[in-house]
Amino acid sequence: MFAYDFMQNAFLASTFIALTTGIVGVFVTARGMSFLAHTLSEIGFAGAAFAVFVGIRPLDGMLLTTILSSVTVGKLSVRASRREASISAVSSLFTGLGILFLALSAKSSSYATTILFGSIIGISRADVWQLVALAALVLVTMSVAFRSLAFDSFDPVGAAAQGLRRNVIGIYFLLILAVSVSIGAQIVGSLLVFILLTLPPAVAKYLGRTLPQMLVISVAAALIGVWSGLVLGYYTNWPVTFFIAAIECVFYFAALLVHRRRD
Amino acid sequence: MASPLLTVDHLTFGFHDRQLYSDLSFNLARGSMTSLIGANGVGKTTLIRLLMGQLTPQSGHITHAPDMRLGYVPQFRNIDPEYPLSLRSFIQLNQRGHWFPWHTQAEKQQLDAVIRKTALTARQGQLLGKASGGEKQKAYLAQALLTEPNFLILDEATASLDVNTKTELMTLVRQLSQQFGLTVLFVTHDLELAREYTDQYLLLTATGHELRSTQLMEPANMPAELRPAEEVR
Repeated sequence: MFAYDFMQNAFLASTFIALTTGIVGVFVTARGMSFLAHTLSEIGFAGAAFAVFVGIRPLDGMLLTTILSSVTVGKLSVRASRREASISAVSSLFTGLGILFLALSAKSSSYATTILFGSIIGISRADVWQLVALAALVLVTMSVAFRSLAFDSFDPVGAAAQGLRRNVIGIYFLLILAVSVSIGAQIVGSLLVFILLTLPPAVAKYLGRTLPQMLVISVAAALIGVWSGLVLGYYTNWPVTFFIAAIECVFYFAALLVHRRRD
Repeated sequence: MASPLLTVDHLTFGFHDRQLYSDLSFNLARGSMTSLIGANGVGKTTLIRLLMGQLTPQSGHITHAPDMRLGYVPQFRNIDPEYPLSLRSFIQLNQRGHWFPWHTQAEKQQLDAVIRKTALTARQGQLLGKASGGEKQKAYLAQALLTEPNFLILDEATASLDVNTKTELMTLVRQLSQQFGLTVLFVTHDLELAREYTDQYLLLTATGHELRSTQLMEPANMPAELRPAEEVR
């Protein structure tokens, strides 16, 4: 299996993706931003489709649109009363735009499938290095901002009382989320990237009691999911995304069960 | 005689539609415990924001001793029953002395000490979301104590607690104040607690203010909504 370049690339890429989404996801869940992550992935879809249309790499298109829109979308979602409608409106618009760009670029429909549902054969070595570099950027800046980000995410009232600059932290995290959505989409596709950003952290939330425990559980759940997904996909020829989604759902419901039992 | 920790001198402040105080003057001695009382809307929270430096006085001065380190325990926390962290992990969030994510041995020892001070050692592994109201308040207090303040502002810390838990928490606060010379400003509606656990009270009213020993507190002179009869309801 590892004799093939594309499998090596896929494993390397998915390892870094799982690390990033596993860690970032813990904060997405704590900050109640799962819905926003989903919207950003739809915006990323439009960006990737736009990239195909103008002839740049899909990942670059995704990064461009998610980073540019993250702060605006984040602001829109602050007021709970308007959140759902505003975000749904933005989601619809960008999904529509994505379809438009794909139609205009007149590429085969397999392109759409790749962007939406992911592909492991499509990842070149150069793509892998770009993913690794982006993941490293996210992880390194997060380790520096970790304590403030953790305080702000898990106890916003306390963080405000201690005089943390919550605006700055909020914007920083939206940018990090934009990058994470874009790189995560390279394996599971933009339609399902929020699986990796929400289910492993949800497992961690049910099973962990400390932040380090939650991070380890979340990353482990993400890694086991993508690795097993790749192996199963390789031997069955079924879509990897299906296996990843199924495995993460099994993890989630199992963790929920354990959590309920404990109560 | 040591200089006061905090001096408020002829403070005037108001919002464009409403004057809150004119000529408010008082000082807080080191190690003292003071209740801040007054009817809703009289400007207790605004005064705290002024003391914390989040608002600027229109005239007058707020002077604090150069070594003052303020710890603030806010009134409302949004901790739901599903909240994932243990008491210990929650308290630890306020430990921000280093830029790296992991905690040093010295930090762990400091955390242990604060947890011991707040009598949470046996309960530190408990999930905060499942903890009792009193344990939650102690955890909030412990979190604020991590920065080693010598001036602690407690904003309605006992509001949602039953009588026994209130007593327990205030005994703890008084003990900390005596042991470590902590100056405490306790915002409350509870005259009984104010009289029992604090040395003096600062009463804010629409027309002025008074700072007196709690020994001299006369419920009859208090705003109607604070009198015990009203509290029972």
